[in-house]
Amino acid sequence: MANKPISEMGLPKSIANVFAARNIITAKDALSLSEFELMELLDVGFEEVMLAVAHISEITCPPYHTAMSLLEQRNQNEYLAGHLPTRLKGLDAALCGGIPFGVVTELVGPAGIGKTQFCLKLALLASLPTSYGGLGGRVIYVDVESKFSSRRMIEMGFSSFPEIFHTEGLAQEMAGRVLVLRPASLLSFVDSLQQIRVSLLQHHVKLLIIDSMAALTSGEYGQGPPRHHPLGWHISFIKSLAECCRIPVVVTNQVRSQGRDEASRYIFQVQSRTDTMEDPSKFDSHFVAALGIHWAHAVSIRLVLESRSGQRLIKIAKSSISPSVGFFFNITSSGISLLSDEGVEMMGPEANTIHCQGLI
Amino acid sequence: MEVSSLPISASHRGKLISAGYSSLSSLSSVSPSKLAQDLKISENEVLEILKVVSARKWVDKIENRSHAIMNGAQTAWDILHEEESSICITTSCSDLDEILGGGIRCKEVTEIGGVPGIGKTQLGIQLAVNVQIPADYGGLGGKAIYIDTEGSFMVERASQIAEACAEDMLEYNSLLRKDSQACRVDKPPKAFMDNIFYFRICTYTEQIAVVNYLEKFINEHKDIKIVIIDSITFHFRQEFEDMALRTRLLSGMALKLMKLAKKFNLAVVLLNQVTTKYNEGSFQLTLALGDSWAHASTNRIILYWNGNERYAYIDKSPSMRSASAPYAVTSRGIRNSASNCKRVKLM
Repeated sequence: MANKPISEMGLPKSIANVFAARNIITAKDALSLSEFELMELLDVGFEEVMLAVAHISEITCPPYHTAMSLLEQRNQNEYLAGHLPTRLKGLDAALCGGIPFGVVTELVGPAGIGKTQFCLKLALLASLPTSYGGLGGRVIYVDVESKFSSRRMIEMGFSSFPEIFHTEGLAQEMAGRVLVLRPASLLSFVDSLQQIRVSLLQHHVKLLIIDSMAALTSGEYGQGPPRHHPLGWHISFIKSLAECCRIPVVVTNQVRSQGRDEASRYIFQVQSRTDTMEDPSKFDSHFVAALGIHWAHAVSIRLVLESRSGQRLIKIAKSSISPSVGFFFNITSSGISLLSDEGVEMMGPEANTIHCQGLI
Repeated sequence: MEVSSLPISASHRGKLISAGYSSLSSLSSVSPSKLAQDLKISENEVLEILKVVSARKWVDKIENRSHAIMNGAQTAWDILHEEESSICITTSCSDLDEILGGGIRCKEVTEIGGVPGIGKTQLGIQLAVNVQIPADYGGLGGKAIYIDTEGSFMVERASQIAEACAEDMLEYNSLLRKDSQACRVDKPPKAFMDNIFYFRICTYTEQIAVVNYLEKFINEHKDIKIVIIDSITFHFRQEFEDMALRTRLLSGMALKLMKLAKKFNLAVVLLNQVTTKYNEGSFQLTLALGDSWAHASTNRIILYWNGNERYAYIDKSPSMRSASAPYAVTSRGIRNSASNCKRVKLM
């Protein structure tokens, strides 16, 4: 919408010609200047400029929906009102059905905790035919660290759905629906994103998994000073993919240890004496999610996987529809299974902290 | 009044000045045909210029609510009277309402910022529902515009909050108004959802376009009493190499939003993200978009974690003092925090 040319907007001929003569071709060019600047540049009166800008804005602005019409659309058109069930009862109940469509869900946790296992299970669930409770579509799995194991995925299938998988040829059909991409660098990832966008709707892709996002950027810092938001454009692109195609997008993230200079307070929060004496032991076992605070704002649902004294825990750290709860889980032959469907409530900002004790 | 400040095209202005017409009074007594001859432009263009001149003169004479001493001014007493009779939009948390002086005020731009997961979108959705509370229950009975730049608006959550609000209204009705059945206003959750107008914005150009378009939209749909932008930061934090352009665009947008708030007597709520700033030897959290943006809003509220509780802090307000209050995000929306110490803490 922003790149729509002004010549196609139905402005009166005279002013449209003036815009073109001054090289203001798209709505973006026109709206990036204030009305006074436009008046000077185009040499027309203020009234005319106001009318032209109002007209351009009206056409560039996307149409509105009432919240009711959105809800009705979701309920009518989408599977389970827009959720992919994870088959973990407690988690699905907390997430109001499962991994939501149209938004980016992030899985973050230390190495070896089970993020890739979770992703493999989700890929399996999405490729199951709808009659068996899956999405019946293709899955695009972007495997940056070469961790995808089709043998493990099929093992999960046999374990979780023995009666389905023993049918002839079903395993092959489902494995055939999972497309694995292995980009070697951020640049080739960007290229494949463009391809993905084109093929998403045509080929009934129902789930996009990126494992892992942090690995894509960690190799890129050789050239020049690190820019503030290296993933800025990519975040927007992935979010727009999720939304316009109404599919769930699952992204995994790594952790890094908490630095000494980590900002956690505002200027008006008084720091007590004891806080300023930093506890050095804290830094080794406390992790924070990689990719920074800009990424943390951009994802809609954040699931934190951690381990406390050898027990693995999956927590809902950020979600607009779920409370902060955590569930203890184990990794079994059928993927992840919860030890109990009753969640443990996470108080306060605890949901966002990541521990890694006793895993190794 | 000088000709050089008239809102006409630069070449016309230049011609007027070089022909010797530098003040408005010199234009009032000249005939259009003579002016056309002097400036060497067509009569139609002269008529356009004279129209602008007379509009400017007319505006000087008539300013609504003008005072005998100064045009366009309003006495402080009149403003106080207006403010006292205006209704605030409740946040459903009485502690928060208290430090805000009743709630979110109309005719003002309020900025709310915080770390991810603190509840900004929750507060935005709660306000979009609460603005619709009918006047019988002490609300504004208005409609809401929700401009979503990040895709964080979840319809299921809005539906949950609307149902909880409708239930609370029913409970209030049955507890306090047993006698006056006639005043009973039934507002089913569906009605709440119908009155939230949702725009999904994907680039900063669309964000500027929608702010420009709002004036026409609000003229067409009466009763809109709140505009929520969630979040104002997202599209301005990336792909901007030219920081000066960003500052110009943001300040232009802030002015337009302020004008909208005053003209249509509605509340504008902007949700912002956080970033880190190096200040006096350590990194600290601060709201995004820089120092010049900090001046754009009338009120500024920061949501933060204090131990295990969520708190809101009034960072900037012309009439309320800096204070914090706890609040909680429950399945029914924003509510009072359940902890024992509900005292308002003054910083």
